[in-house]
Amino acid sequence: MNNVLKWFTRDSFILPVVAIIMGLILGGVVMLIGGYNPIEAYGALFTKVFGDMYNFGEAVREMTPLIMTGLAFAFASRAGLFNIGGEGQFLVGMTAATFVGVKFTGLPIYLHVPLALIAGALFGGLWAAIAGYLKAARGVNEVISSIMLNWIGLYLANLIVRQFLLLKGENRSVDISESASISLTWLSELMGNSRVHMGTLIALVMAVLFYIYMWKTKQGYEIRAVGYNPNAAEYAGMHVNRNIVKAMFISGMLAGLGGAFQVLGVFHYQTVMSGSPGTGFDGIAVALIGLNHPFGVLLGAVLFGTLTYGSAGMSFAADVPPEIIRIVIGSIIFFIAAQGIVRWILKPFYSKRKKEKVL
Amino acid sequence: MDLLTIGQIINTTLVFATALIFASLGGIFSEKSGVTNLGLEGFMVFGAFAAGIGAHYAQEAGMGGTTSAWMGVLLAIVLGVLVSLIHAVASITFKADQIISGIVINFLAAGSTLYLVKLLFEGSGDSPLVQGFSKFDVPFLEDIPLLGEAFFKNVYPTTYLAILFVFLTYYIMFKTPFGLRLRSVGEHPSAADTVGVKVRRYRYVGVMISGALAAIGGAAITLTTTGTFSHNTVSGQGYIAIAAMIFGKWNPIGAFGAAVFFGFSQAIRNYVQLFEWSQSIPQEIIFMLPYLLTIVVLVAAVGRSSAPSALGEAYDPGKR
Repeated sequence: MNNVLKWFTRDSFILPVVAIIMGLILGGVVMLIGGYNPIEAYGALFTKVFGDMYNFGEAVREMTPLIMTGLAFAFASRAGLFNIGGEGQFLVGMTAATFVGVKFTGLPIYLHVPLALIAGALFGGLWAAIAGYLKAARGVNEVISSIMLNWIGLYLANLIVRQFLLLKGENRSVDISESASISLTWLSELMGNSRVHMGTLIALVMAVLFYIYMWKTKQGYEIRAVGYNPNAAEYAGMHVNRNIVKAMFISGMLAGLGGAFQVLGVFHYQTVMSGSPGTGFDGIAVALIGLNHPFGVLLGAVLFGTLTYGSAGMSFAADVPPEIIRIVIGSIIFFIAAQGIVRWILKPFYSKRKKEKVL
Repeated sequence: MDLLTIGQIINTTLVFATALIFASLGGIFSEKSGVTNLGLEGFMVFGAFAAGIGAHYAQEAGMGGTTSAWMGVLLAIVLGVLVSLIHAVASITFKADQIISGIVINFLAAGSTLYLVKLLFEGSGDSPLVQGFSKFDVPFLEDIPLLGEAFFKNVYPTTYLAILFVFLTYYIMFKTPFGLRLRSVGEHPSAADTVGVKVRRYRYVGVMISGALAAIGGAAITLTTTGTFSHNTVSGQGYIAIAAMIFGKWNPIGAFGAAVFFGFSQAIRNYVQLFEWSQSIPQEIIFMLPYLLTIVVLVAAVGRSSAPSALGEAYDPGKR
């Protein structure tokens, strides 16, 4: 019991929770200034997500790629890397999965699905590994190279779809084969025909694997050591550069897998895009809310997914512009990043707690 | 391919480069003071938004096209400075991670500007169309072959202003005591502190100038090319400005060159159909070229990193 209490009073629990509450309050204030009723708005948001099975399933579908891009960002962060290229890795993974899904016909489902998923993960990983390699071998800042790779990835994805996969007369690819689909028909029927898919389950498994790999294996320890202090890790005989490339590769695999889920589970085709979908950038927010811990990322994705998907209901029922949710999410990250502000607000409570300890 | 077309391409290049020049100069002010600025995109969005509504309301109040456009720029500067304070407070006073703080700015920009636009204009996702800056011709100079078409015909005042700011930034940064101090807090804050330079104050100023300049960049887009603000007015140009800054090695002249290069890559899209040889190359290849080249340049520039050495580190006087 005491342990549970201790866990709930830990900084890593209190600070994000307070940040979330402050973000929601700030959003409420902005709504009030705009002449809206925040209670009604948040109520409508909540009803949208949890009101019926269809919408709940769709909200879960919305959360799934966010878990993957969130895990991707968190994984790289643990190695001290700022992988802002989740966007590009997501797109490249999406395209690789589409390619396998469309071109490899006649395979049984138990081969085609894994093949398409592996292709998505592999190419997402390789795309990120470019940034990792450039950092390790040439000292190029991964933030900049991955921003560039986001754009290159976008155009590369469009190029491949337009050159090899285009559905005649449309601005999108041919549908993937039925044998590559990861849609779960029975679950979908159970959940009001929402587009739920196997990817959600894989995402949960990935979060657990992330945890085991990072905290229970030697390789994970090395990656964290490099993240804490590359010089010390080098001195201890670890290969810093190899770990950088490895961490980026795994990070990109996670993002690429997220992209594969969208094609294989949700849309079943890929459009020629005028701009990036933004899932990679949203993953940064998810990871920051989750403090770069895999289970935190799950919670972050639930929060982010609930807020963004529910915001549609907010605008429908209460006529509040859904963009307000971006302000809420932005402030949550702000308060988490600038922990000093939260600590400063919590100061009276903290000093009380310390006194208790002295007694 | 005649001289007229070449002139027009140069002209369009400069129009597209204008916003990037302002924003990358802004980035230089912030990063030279030691504060990473990934929020340039957000500042540009705020600037584009402020310009749109500022010019709209000025026009409503009966001001002429050009005057109202300048009012838009003015509002953009004010909003840019205000919003930059969020980044400054978080990253300088509260020592938050500067990259994250910049990302927050981008999040807030995307959300709050659209929220406000919908609030002000009854649910519409676009601000009303404004006249913005009108193109003008420079008398006599416009008649020079090629150069006239490129630099003196159908030009916007913002382009000239951007080029002026390049030299101004260079002068301030390398020829004035202010610039020296600003650079010193970005290179070696504790040494600067020892000789009495107020590290945090200079960093605040650096970030605020960057907010103002990036916002002017955003305003330039609204007031020249689009005439209205919507969710995709800026669409990633802030990130390109960051690339231009790094491409140009944190030097105003270099950043200008890089911005022109990126502007050219945008302009070329409008003209690419004119070239016979281009028919066989997929347009996506042409689109990705500038980003590929940026990576190539970064790789080639290895060992000659020109980033300010204290970039990204919060200044902690206790560590001196």
